[in-house]
Amino acid sequence: MASSATAQPGFTNSGIRKLSHRLRGGDEIAWLITLLFAASVLIVTALLIAELWYGSTAARDKFGFGFLTSKLWNPVTDEFGAAPFLYGTVVTSVVALLISVPVGLGAAIFLSELATGKWSDAITFVVELLAAVPSVIFGMLAVFTLIPMMREWIGPALKSVLGFLPIFQGPVYGVGYLTASLVLSVMTFPYIISVSREALMSVPREQREAALALGATKWESTWQIVVPFARLGIMGSIFLAFARALGETMAVTMVIGNDPSIHTSLFASGHSIAAVIASSFAEASGPIYPSALILLALVLFFLTLIINGVARLLILFTSEKGART
Amino acid sequence: MKRLILAGAMLTLAMAGVASAAQTINAAGATFPAVIYQKWFEEYKAKTGVQINYQPNGSSAGVKNLTEGTVDFGASDVPMTDAQIGAVKVKPLHFPTVLGAVVITYNVPGIATDLKLSGPTIADIYLGAITKWNDPKIAADNAGVKLPATDILVVRRADGSGTSGIYTDYLSKVSPTWKSKVGAGNSVSWPVGLGANGNAGVAGLVKQTPGAIGYVELVYAAQNNMAVADVKNANGKFVKPTFESLTAAAAAMTKEMPDDFRVSIANGPGDKTYPISSFTWLLIPSQIPDATKKKAITDFLTWMLADGQKEAQGLQYAPLPASVVAKEKKQIALIK
Amino acid sequence: MTARNLYRKGLNNLMLTLTGVCALLTVSVLFAILGYLIYNGGKSLDLNFFTKLPLSPGERGGGMANAIVGSAEIVGLAAIFGIPVGFFTGVYLAEWGGRTFSFLVRYMCDLLNGVPSIVIGIFVWVMVVRPMKTYSAVAGGIALSLMLIPIVAKSTEQFLSDVPSALREGALALGATKWRAIATVVVPAARKGIMTGMILGIARIAGESAPLLFTSLNNQFWASGLKEPTASLPLMIYFRALSPYHDWHRQAWAAGLVLLSMVLIANIAARLILSRGGSPNRG
Repeated sequence: MASSATAQPGFTNSGIRKLSHRLRGGDEIAWLITLLFAASVLIVTALLIAELWYGSTAARDKFGFGFLTSKLWNPVTDEFGAAPFLYGTVVTSVVALLISVPVGLGAAIFLSELATGKWSDAITFVVELLAAVPSVIFGMLAVFTLIPMMREWIGPALKSVLGFLPIFQGPVYGVGYLTASLVLSVMTFPYIISVSREALMSVPREQREAALALGATKWESTWQIVVPFARLGIMGSIFLAFARALGETMAVTMVIGNDPSIHTSLFASGHSIAAVIASSFAEASGPIYPSALILLALVLFFLTLIINGVARLLILFTSEKGART
Repeated sequence: MKRLILAGAMLTLAMAGVASAAQTINAAGATFPAVIYQKWFEEYKAKTGVQINYQPNGSSAGVKNLTEGTVDFGASDVPMTDAQIGAVKVKPLHFPTVLGAVVITYNVPGIATDLKLSGPTIADIYLGAITKWNDPKIAADNAGVKLPATDILVVRRADGSGTSGIYTDYLSKVSPTWKSKVGAGNSVSWPVGLGANGNAGVAGLVKQTPGAIGYVELVYAAQNNMAVADVKNANGKFVKPTFESLTAAAAAMTKEMPDDFRVSIANGPGDKTYPISSFTWLLIPSQIPDATKKKAITDFLTWMLADGQKEAQGLQYAPLPASVVAKEKKQIALIK
Repeated sequence: MTARNLYRKGLNNLMLTLTGVCALLTVSVLFAILGYLIYNGGKSLDLNFFTKLPLSPGERGGGMANAIVGSAEIVGLAAIFGIPVGFFTGVYLAEWGGRTFSFLVRYMCDLLNGVPSIVIGIFVWVMVVRPMKTYSAVAGGIALSLMLIPIVAKSTEQFLSDVPSALREGALALGATKWRAIATVVVPAARKGIMTGMILGIARIAGESAPLLFTSLNNQFWASGLKEPTASLPLMIYFRALSPYHDWHRQAWAAGLVLLSMVLIANIAARLILSRGGSPNRG
């Protein structure tokens, strides 16, 4: 048992002996291997964040927080601002939710309260398949079918009925914020329906029965008792869908028009963070341009991080609440 | 189940192995000449077995890829600036390949003849100063044509584009307002309009949107039977973009072809000249360490300057003038 | 019945019908998508599509043979990189796992899952493509594997945790070491769920296009190796759909049909496996 005269800090002979002793058993090897894989996930994710932070240094130093409010996007003079892209990203996602939340919630209510078990499961299965459709296919369908529809009857119809509102004014070309919102709303249906349905189904039967016993109609019992009880989970589903919509790239870039400016009208074309990265990153060169795009990616990353985090917390609270009562 | 996965893995690896027989050279860049480049590379592969994989992702991307070293050579419709050349580790050589025309294509149902547009009018449309098809400035050049009162949808490139570079260079030459407000470049701050990716994207968007106007290389409009405008040249004549008017544009300028082949011929002199014409270049590194790649590339360049030029006319591009070809052959020898 | 009650009853019927309409709407969207793809894609599918290489713009008769094989290569690579990492991470989280470390790993997995796919593309371009000085199927595979890992890890952990401790304890009581117990008893017990997670994950990444934009790029020909730019179905759809050529639109429809069929079949198969087998402790 030789003991080394000069032990290095933290790495003693006996330490090494203990480790190799432990490794002799298969269990420890298995533990080590799985630990290393798990650690690699940590390392890769940390690397990603580090790379986003480091790669955006030049832009961060030059623009600071003003980046978020500046409307300029000029690769010639190296002046960049995130405002048009933030605007487009948020507007399209919010309008998408304005459409998909009522419809999705309605469908979720139907599936949890009205449909019988087998039908409910079958329809939910079909709806969840919608989540599996690749986004480029949504984009392609939108280009070939939705854009002409928007230009030829959805746009004109909206204009004739609601044309007094500034958001429905201006020429309708088919591409634009509204088209992108429609595509996003379809892509977010499954998230809203699936999670809300789970939340609604986890509301205890006693709540419903109590309401019905007091003379409420089924709708009143659902809308005034069950839905509020499940509201945390429903809100969680909305945030989940929101995060998904914010990060969507291909379907949006194919229909939004790629115009880096802010317009009030929903018929106008705009841009989104993911879309501008997709069209410009391959060619951005110079000291600032690529850095500005990476800064945009960082902004998007933080945005989705926060929204996803809120979503998970809400969903966590729902399951705890359901388990408690 | 395990056997299935194993079989799948072996199949994938086998396919990867089988396909690795041919030698591949990777290139990327301009969409402007992509139609003829891809045809050339198909033919060249059939003839020699050398695969040159060309990805049309825009001139700016071509320059960036060349600078980063992620491709073997690049392609651009606008010559590299001194600063850009300085940023590349190995100095790139410019090889003009063909001449192309940037045409103004539009989608206005109900007009039978080709519209005549002058430089300042086009600039005003792209500045957002002219917003309807029946604007007096357009009507002034098109007497007798019934123009509808539809809004003009301006389409331009969303990606960094040499075609945009040629186009904005032309607009800067014909419109002082454009020059001071926007300027020339592959990516500019466009006052109006929506963006599409690639020449194909612009053509696609204009083709399916009534009221749209866009700028594309001639072949994209021609292959899709899209309407193309006659543009007023520096001598005051309205000229259709054709093989003849392109060749005239080249002929007017070749006396001044510099040694490094970097030149702009927009808005050149001559009655028959089509004003928005340009050379387009391959950007070849002056040193290629890999001997097989070097031979493949130099052989291709030699083929391109001889047989390749014959393909140009069929695809609405103009071949290089003989003097330029001779000069280029000497430049091939400079590749070490 | 009072007026108020009539109103309440009417409202009840109206709203409940509306919810049914909402459900119908969402279901019909999926069928509409399928319908369009089957009709337009079916018209355009021909032998050329599966056997020929893409031709230059304006020429007819090209196909997407290289994109089909390319996608298989890229997804295959992603599976080779991503499945082991995801699987073993899931095993660690379910079977070992100190409190803080596990929490960190789970949180990072969730984070990775939520990263927009275009951002992953940027990351892999910086870390793989730029140093390698080439676009490649390998880079594309790495990018997709980063999306696959959290999916596989999460489902593996979930299904392993669902295995009742009685099984584990039984194995240990019979003298098995911990890893033997896991390998020979626990994992097989959860294998249906784990496999489902893997299949669903692969189906999900097979349809991704954004991460491939800056990693595997594209290729008109057969890629002469895994370290060369490689064609892929999703990106071909993207490029072809936005072009002006009618022939290329047809090819985009055909590719869309092929891609969607593969993804849907994988999804349906996975869920069928899960619902038929089921975990032992599920009702």
